[in-house]
Amino acid sequence: PRFPQSMAPDEDAQRLLIQFRDEAGESLGSPFDVPVTITPDKLQLVCNALLQKVRDPRAPPAPPEPTRGLPLAASPALFPQEEPVPLAFFVHDAEIVSSLEKTLSGQSVETEKVLDIIYQPQAVFRVRAVTRCTSSLEGHTEAVISVAFSPTGKYLASGSGDTTVRFWDLSTETPQFTAKGHRHWVLSIAWSPDGKKLASGCKNSQIFLWDPATGNQIGRVLSGHSKWITCLCWEPLHINPECRYLASASKDGSVRIWDTLMGKCEKILTSHTQSVTCVKWGGDGLLYSSSQDRTIKVWRSKDGVLCRTLQGHAHWVNTMALSTDYVLRTGAFEPAEATINPQDVSGSLAELKDKAQQRYDQVRGQEPERLVSGSDDFTLFLWRPAEDKKPLERMTGHQALINQVLFSPDTRLIASASFDKSIKLWDGRTGKYLTSLRGHVSAVYQIAWSADSRLLVSGSSDSTLKVWDAKMKKLAIDLPGHADEVYATDWSPDGQRVASGGKDKCLRM
Amino acid sequence: QPQNEHIELHRRRYGYRLDYHEKRRKKEGREAHERSRKAKKMIGLKAKLYHKQRHAEKIQMKKTIKMHEKRNTKKKDDEKTPKGAVPAYLLDREGQSRAKVLSNMIKQKRKEKAGKWEVPVPKVRAQGETEVLKVIRTGKRKKKAWKRMVTKVCFVGDGFTRKPPKYERFIRPMGLRFKKAHVTHPELKATFCLPILGVKKNPSSPLYTTLGVITKGTVIEVNVSELGLVTQGGKVIWGKYAQVTNNPENDGCINAVLLV
Repeated sequence: PRFPQSMAPDEDAQRLLIQFRDEAGESLGSPFDVPVTITPDKLQLVCNALLQKVRDPRAPPAPPEPTRGLPLAASPALFPQEEPVPLAFFVHDAEIVSSLEKTLSGQSVETEKVLDIIYQPQAVFRVRAVTRCTSSLEGHTEAVISVAFSPTGKYLASGSGDTTVRFWDLSTETPQFTAKGHRHWVLSIAWSPDGKKLASGCKNSQIFLWDPATGNQIGRVLSGHSKWITCLCWEPLHINPECRYLASASKDGSVRIWDTLMGKCEKILTSHTQSVTCVKWGGDGLLYSSSQDRTIKVWRSKDGVLCRTLQGHAHWVNTMALSTDYVLRTGAFEPAEATINPQDVSGSLAELKDKAQQRYDQVRGQEPERLVSGSDDFTLFLWRPAEDKKPLERMTGHQALINQVLFSPDTRLIASASFDKSIKLWDGRTGKYLTSLRGHVSAVYQIAWSADSRLLVSGSSDSTLKVWDAKMKKLAIDLPGHADEVYATDWSPDGQRVASGGKDKCLRM
Repeated sequence: QPQNEHIELHRRRYGYRLDYHEKRRKKEGREAHERSRKAKKMIGLKAKLYHKQRHAEKIQMKKTIKMHEKRNTKKKDDEKTPKGAVPAYLLDREGQSRAKVLSNMIKQKRKEKAGKWEVPVPKVRAQGETEVLKVIRTGKRKKKAWKRMVTKVCFVGDGFTRKPPKYERFIRPMGLRFKKAHVTHPELKATFCLPILGVKKNPSSPLYTTLGVITKGTVIEVNVSELGLVTQGGKVIWGKYAQVTNNPENDGCINAVLLV
C-alpha cells in the first residue's frame, strides 16, 4: 500500500545512509541516515549546517532559512556564516530535483552501502533572462564586428568595419564617444581587467589603446605585426594590478607581448608556422596560443620560453577557452556585488590585486587550469596544459566546424558553438557530453554566459539570438530583431544587459 | 642653320630691328593657325607621317597637363577600406551565399544519382596497352609472346606472392613496386607520406585496376590514421581516397591529392 506523502510519517519510509561529498571527492561530515523521501530543501538545510560547522566549529550552527533564488544585496564578506549557499545535489551524476526516492527509482540502490551525494554550490545571485531589445544603437557605418563590455559592466565598446571603435553610454543607451584612428576593420577588442583601458586591433596589424572615460587614444600606436591581428588578451589583474602587458596574436604566426606603458613590444613569440587564431593569458604565468597549424603552444609568460606543444587536432584550431577565463576577465569585480548603476572597482592597487587573487584561487580550486580547444575538424579537446601534453578527453559530436568554446563562469560546463547550427554542452571537469541545444537555423557564431552560469545567449548567422537555460537545457527566450547576421555577442558581467552587433550595422541591447 | 656667328655678331653690333620683337610675338601667335592650316591641307604619305608625329606629341602634352592639374587639386583618400567587413573568425573562410548553398545541395543530390564525382584531375590521357605492357618473348627460340611486363609503377598488396614463373602472364618488376605515396591535403596545403592501401580505379582500363598499375589520374586508397581525422560518431578514419597527380614512372615517386 502506498501512502500519500503528506500522511505517511517519516519513520515508515525507507531510510538510507548518505555521505556528502564535494566535487573534488572530499567528504563532508560523517555518514548519517535520512528517509528516502527527503527533498533537496531539507538536504540543503543539513548540508549548510554541516558546512557552517566546518567553517566555524566553535560557534553553534544557526538554523539557516532556505533562501533560494533571492539575490543577496549584502556582500558575502560581511556575513560569512549566516548566508546559506544554494546547493545542487547529484547522485550518480543525476540531479536530485524532487526527492531522493524519485532520483533513485531508475537505479539499483544498495541499502546496506553508504550512498555518496555530491553537492555543488550554485551562484548565490541569480541573473534574470534578458527578454526584450531595449534599444537599437545605430552609428556605425559598416558591420559591427566585435562587442565587449568592460569588466565591471560600466562601459560598452564596439569595433566595426568602418574602422572606428565606439563607446556607448549604458544608462541612456546612446553613443558616447567615437574613437577614430584605425585605418582598416577593427577585428578584435579587449578590455584591461581593471576596466581603464581598451585595446583594439585592426586588419592593418595595428593596435590602439583607448581611454573609455574620454574616448581618446592612450599612448602610441603599437605596430609590429605584419598581418592582421586575430586576438588580444591582457595580463591578468592578480599578476600585475597595473594592467601593463598585452598579448596579441596575428595571422603572421607570431604572438607579441606589448608594454602598454612604454608603447613598445616586449617579446615576440614565434614558433607557429601558420596564423595564430587565439591567445589566452592564463592565471598561472603561462600563455596559451592556438594556431591554424593544428597545434596549441604553451609559453612561460615571464621569459617567453616555449614550454609545451599540444598536438592532436586534425585541422585548424579555431578557438580556446580556459576554465578561469571569466574570473580573469572580471579581475577584482565580483558579480554578486553588482549594483544597478555599475561603478568602477575602487581601492588601491594592492587591494585590487588581493581581491583578484582571492577570486582566482576560489574559482580555480586545487587543480590546475583546464583548457578546451575547438577546431575545424569538428572535435574539441580538453587539456590540462600545465601538467600534461596529452589531452584529457576528445569531445566529438559536432557535424561542422566549431567556432567558439566557452567555460561557464563556475567552470562546470563547457558550451561549444558550431556551424552545424547547434550548441553542445559538455561537463567542465571530465568533458563528457551533456546535451545539444538546437534551435538556430544557421551557423552559430558566438556565445556568452551569464555571470551566474545559469543562462547562455547565442548569436547566429540567421540573425537571431537565443537565450538558453543551462539547467533545463532548453530554449528560454528567442530574441529576433537583427536584420542580418549577428557577428558578436556579449553579456555584461553584472548580468543586466546583453549586447549584440552584426552585419546590419546596428548594435542591439 | 647659319654656320658661323655672323648673325649674332650683327645683333651685338647693331641691335635688333625696331619692330623685331613685335613681329616675333605675332608670328608665334599665328603658329597654331599655320599648323592647323597645314595639317588640313596635307595629303598622302607626308600627311600620314605628320599626323602620327602630331598624335604622339599631343599625348605627351595631355599627360603633362594632367600632372599639373593633379598637383593643384586635393587627392581623395586612395586607401578606402573595402566593404564587406567580417569578423576575424570568418576572414580565412570563403563565405557562401545562401542561394549558393541551396543550389549546391541540389547539385550534390543529382551527382549522387548519376554516380559522378568531382576529382582534381578529371581528364587523363588514356594509356594504350603497348605503352603500359611490354611484350616479353619466351620459349627456346623466343617465338612465344604471351608474357607481358608492366612498365609503369604499380602497387601490390602486402601478402602478394608471385605465381609460378612458368605460368605468370603479367610481370610486375620489384623495382616499380611502391608502398607509399606523398599525399597533399588540399585545404591544409600540407603533404604527408602515407602508405597505400590499394588501387581503387585506374581511368585507362579496368585491367590496370586489377593489376594495380598506378598512372596519372588513378584513384588510390591511402591510410590516413596519421592525420587523426574523426567521423561524427567518434570513430577514427583510417582510409581515404586520393588521386595521383604526377607520372610516377618518370619521377620515381607517387604524388597525390587527398579527396576530401
